[in-house]
Amino acid sequence: MSSSWPLWEVFLRGKRGLNHVHVGSLHAADAEMALRHARDLYTRRNEGVSIWVVRAADVTASSPDEKDPFFAPAADKVYRHPTFYDIPDDVPHM
Amino acid sequence: MTDLLEQHFDATIAHDRRIEPRDWMPDAYRKTMVRQIAQHAHSEIIGMQPEGNWITRAPSLRRKAILLAKVQDEAGHGMYLYSAAETLGADRADLTELLISGGQKYSSIFNYPTLTYADVGVIGWLVDGAAICNQVPLCRSSYGPYARAMVRICKEESFHQRQGYELLLTMMRGTEAQRAMVQDATNRFWWPSLMMFGPPDDRSPNTERSMAWGIKRHTNDELRQRFVDMTVPQADKLGVTLPDPDLRWNGERGRYDFGAVDWSELDAVIKGNGPCNAQRIDARRKAHEDGDWVRAAALAHAAKAAS
Repeated sequence: MSSSWPLWEVFLRGKRGLNHVHVGSLHAADAEMALRHARDLYTRRNEGVSIWVVRAADVTASSPDEKDPFFAPAADKVYRHPTFYDIPDDVPHM
Repeated sequence: MTDLLEQHFDATIAHDRRIEPRDWMPDAYRKTMVRQIAQHAHSEIIGMQPEGNWITRAPSLRRKAILLAKVQDEAGHGMYLYSAAETLGADRADLTELLISGGQKYSSIFNYPTLTYADVGVIGWLVDGAAICNQVPLCRSSYGPYARAMVRICKEESFHQRQGYELLLTMMRGTEAQRAMVQDATNRFWWPSLMMFGPPDDRSPNTERSMAWGIKRHTNDELRQRFVDMTVPQADKLGVTLPDPDLRWNGERGRYDFGAVDWSELDAVIKGNGPCNAQRIDARRKAHEDGDWVRAAALAHAAKAAS
């Protein structure tokens, strides 16, 4: 008795000018049905102007641990931040 | 290695940061979280039935549209929550099987019948009011996907409670018979609403660990008291009497005192002996089984279109 539909991840653009943001997931037999279900499930109160659906199985994610060495290269490059540089207070517009 | 992962988990909780789906977590945390989210999802899905009972008999097109929207929201809330449970590795089809086989529970409140249209109003006012009391703190649950689902749900619940209270206000301005219906519905739903917060703290063995893990933010008794304090002035304004002779303001505590809840009733309903347990599960099983050919046909269509 079990005919399970695959899982889809849903991304919504809340309004023009914003990125699509992940809001959750749902089950649907195909992409078109996933879009319709996403509209019914995640935009009942005008929460979105555009929807992306992606098969959950097609998402490749980084390692589970968010403190992973994978992100370490960003940690030791303080010179990428504007506050790294000493500029006298009386220099205008900087 | 596990020690290090556990330290990381504990530190995340201690800093009141969120646990996210692919993080390492203790097995007991995952199990507790899946059970809590699944039972919450089941409650939303079963919760469609008592009110759905009145959709075809709503007294006006306005009330019918409102009730339809509310019941659709309950379905949506169930879906948000199943989605959150799936991030922990649970399978939605398995959860549905667990619900209809009695392997997992849902809120005891939905095992009471809706005898009159006033029940629709009282469910919005008291049952959704109690649910909001329970759910607002869960927006800060330590498990990220659950907390985010709760934020969406709480935003939508506010409409549910307000439509119920407005419905009751309208009936209270009506005939003597309508006022009697509101009082009768209040009498029937008051105590079951207080039971929604679960057993008293001294009979809730998992509360301590759940609080330590940020799964639960307040104890059952704290939330129950908060609900009583919020609801008494609403009952006064509405003009109904809450069916508790011991209910009175305690100036010393700055809170309302209220009578003892009959916990044997909650135990009986949870064990399956409430007025509607069998009916609710049968209806859910029938909907699931009757829908099987639709799921199969849609899958076959998708497979054919893809080939």
